[in-house]
Amino acid sequence: MLHLLFLVPLLPLAGFVLLTALSGRLSRAQAATIGVGSVGLSALVAVPVGFSFVISPPSGDAFTQTLWTWIDVAGFKPQIAFYLDSLSVIMIMVVTVVGFLIHLYSADYMREEEEGYGRFFAYMNLFVASMLTLVLADNLVLLYLGWEGVGICSYLLIGFWYNDPANGRAARKAFIVTRVGDTAMLVGLLLLFTHLGTLQIQPLMQRASEQWVVGSSITMAAAGLIMGGALGKSAQLPLQVWLPDAMAGPTPTSALIHAATMVTAGVYLIARTHVLFEMAPVIQTTVAAVGAGTLVLAGFTALTQRDIKRCLAYSTISQIGYMFLAVGVGAWSAAIFHFMTHAFFKALLFMGAGTIILGLHHEQDMFKMGGLRRQAPLVFWTFLAGSVSLAALPLVTAGFYSKDAILAGAWASDAGGRWLWAAGLAGALLTSLYTFRMVFLTFFGEVRTPFHLKVGIRLWLPLVALAFLAIVGGFTDLPQTLGNQPWLSDFLHTSLPATEELATGTVLNLQIVAALVSLGGIALAYLFFMRSPQLVESVVRTPVGKALHQFWFAGWGFDWLYDRLLVRPFVWVARANRNDVFDQIYAFIAWTARIANGILSDTQTGKLRWYAAGVAFGGIVAVAIVVLI
Amino acid sequence: MASISMGQGLLVAGLLFAIGLIGVLARRNIIFILLSLEVMANAAGMAFVVAGYRWGQADGQIIFLLILTMAAAEVSVGLALALQLYRRFKTLDVDAASRMRG
Repeated sequence: MLHLLFLVPLLPLAGFVLLTALSGRLSRAQAATIGVGSVGLSALVAVPVGFSFVISPPSGDAFTQTLWTWIDVAGFKPQIAFYLDSLSVIMIMVVTVVGFLIHLYSADYMREEEEGYGRFFAYMNLFVASMLTLVLADNLVLLYLGWEGVGICSYLLIGFWYNDPANGRAARKAFIVTRVGDTAMLVGLLLLFTHLGTLQIQPLMQRASEQWVVGSSITMAAAGLIMGGALGKSAQLPLQVWLPDAMAGPTPTSALIHAATMVTAGVYLIARTHVLFEMAPVIQTTVAAVGAGTLVLAGFTALTQRDIKRCLAYSTISQIGYMFLAVGVGAWSAAIFHFMTHAFFKALLFMGAGTIILGLHHEQDMFKMGGLRRQAPLVFWTFLAGSVSLAALPLVTAGFYSKDAILAGAWASDAGGRWLWAAGLAGALLTSLYTFRMVFLTFFGEVRTPFHLKVGIRLWLPLVALAFLAIVGGFTDLPQTLGNQPWLSDFLHTSLPATEELATGTVLNLQIVAALVSLGGIALAYLFFMRSPQLVESVVRTPVGKALHQFWFAGWGFDWLYDRLLVRPFVWVARANRNDVFDQIYAFIAWTARIANGILSDTQTGKLRWYAAGVAFGGIVAVAIVVLI
Repeated sequence: MASISMGQGLLVAGLLFAIGLIGVLARRNIIFILLSLEVMANAAGMAFVVAGYRWGQADGQIIFLLILTMAAAEVSVGLALALQLYRRFKTLDVDAASRMRG
C-alpha cells in the first residue's frame, strides 16, 4: 500500500498538466472533472496509505520512497524522494481531503467564470501538488521546491481576476513579502549544507544534534533563518501584512491556501526541523513570543473589520499564531492537532462566507448582511458549527481540544510560560468575541440584503462534511481529564518529541478557565452585537475608542509603517536614480563608439578617386617608413 | 648605342608612374582613368626592364610580358565597368557612382 505514495502528489500534478495542455479545448464539465477528480483520486490514495501506515507502521516508523536522483554534483545529491512518517501522514490526509472538498466547492462557486474556469483548476491542482511535495519531501531542497511552488500558486490565485489592478497589487504584495522570508530560509539551507554536508532531513537532524552545541551561535543562526522563512509563509509578525490583502483572490482560494494549507507550511517546517529549534532555545522562545504577539494583535484587528473575508483572514493569522505558540513552547503534537482542526473549521468558514457572498451578489460587508439565519438555514448551521469550533466552545468542538492542548503546553513551558498562557487566553477571548460578532452581524438581526442562491450539492456537501469534521475532529485526541485517549499525540510522538505532562488537577483548572473565557467571549459578543449595539457605538464614538478602532482596523498600522519605512524610501531611491549612475559609464563607452563611427563613416565618400588617393597616400607612407627608418 | 644608366631609366619610370597616378586622381572620366592606369602599369614594367638590363638578366623582360598580360585583363574588366557605368548613369563620370557613401 505504502508504495503508492508517489501517486499522492503525482495525481494533482497530472491534473495540472492536462488542464494546461488542453486549455481552451475542454468543456467546463470536463475541466471540473479533471480538476476535482485528480485531487479526489489523490485523497482516495492518501487516506488508505495513511490508514495502512497507522495500522501497520513500517520499521522505524517511517517509510521512504526514492524515485530518482535529482541532482548529483560534488557531494550535493538531493533526490526526488518522499518521506512518510506520522507527521506527514496527518499532513497529506488533511491536505488531500480538505483540498478535495474545496475543489468540489469551487466547481460550483466559479461557475460565473468564462475563460478562467479551467485555468482556476489548473492553478489549484498545481497548488495541491506543490503542497504535497512540500510535506512529503525527504530533503530540504525538494521541500524548498514545494515551498516556492505554493508561493507561485498563491501569487497566481490571488491575482486570478487580473483585470482589476488592485488584485495584481495584492498578488505582488503577497509574493514580495513572503520572498523576504524565503530568502532567509534559503540562506539557512545553504548554511546547513555548508556546515553539515547534507540536506536530507533525517541525517541532517542527526548530524546537527551530534556536531553542534546547544545554544551555539551557528545553531541559533540556522534556526533563526529557518524561522524567518516560516514567519513569511505563515503570515506571522512582522511579515503578516500580505495575508489580509490576499483575500482579493476567489474565496475557495482563500479557503484552500490562506486558511487550510499553505499558511501552515511554516508550522510544518518548524515541526519538521524541531531538532534545530530545540537546540536553539532562544529562537524557540522567540517563535513562541511571535506567535503569542501575533495572535493577540490579529485578534484585535479581526474585531474591527467590516469585510467578512478580511475578518476571517485576521482570524487565520491569529490561529496560526496559536500554532507558532505551540511549537515555540514545545507542544509539537498540539500544534499539528490545531493545524488539523483549524484546516477543518477555517475552510468551512471561508466556504460558508463564500456562499453568503455569492448569495448576496458579491457583498462582503458584514454590516450590509443580517438575518441570513432564516434565509439560508443550511449555511447558518454549518457556519455556526465552524464558528463554535473556532471560538472553542467547550467539550463539543474540535477547536476546544486543540486550543486547550496548546494552552496547557504554554502553561507547562519553562520560558515565560505564564505570560504566553495569558496571551493565549486573551486571544481566546478575542477569538470568541470576533467570531460571534461575525455570526450575529451576518445571520441575526434584520434582513439588509436578500439572499438569492440555490445551494446545490457541490456547495452544501463540502460544508456539511467539514462541519462534521469541525465538530468531531477533536475527539481524536482526548486529554487526560476527558477520557484520556490522546490517540493523535501518541501517533505523532513517533516523529515529534513528547510534551511534558501536567498534573491532572492543573489541566482541569486550565480547561475550566479556558472554557469560561470562551463562553464569556460569546456572551460579550451577544451583549455588544445583539442586545445593545449602542454600547459599542458609544465606546467607538469616544476619542480614544475612535482612535483605537481606526488603529486596529488598519491592522495596527503595519502597512502604514512599512510604506513609510521601506516602500517610500525605495521608490525615492529608484526615482533619484532614474538615470542609473552605473549606466552612465556604459553610456559613455557607447557614445565614444558612436562618435568614432561618425568620423570614420565620413571617409566613406563613395568616390572612387578618393579611395585611390587613400591607397596612394598609404603607399607613400609605407614607402616612407621603409626608406626613412 | 649609348648605354643608359639605371638611374636615368628609373627616373623616367618614376615620372611615368607619377603622371599616371596624377591622371587617376585628377581625371573624372573613367576612360581616362583607365588610360592612366595603363601608364602606371607600363611605368612599373619599364622599371623591371631597366633593372633586367642593368643585371643582364632576362627576368625583367619576362615580368614585363606578365605585366602586359595583366594590363590586358585589367582593361577588359575596366571597359566592362565603363559600359555598365554608362548604361546606368548615362555618363562616364566616376563620381556619379557614389552610392556607397557611408
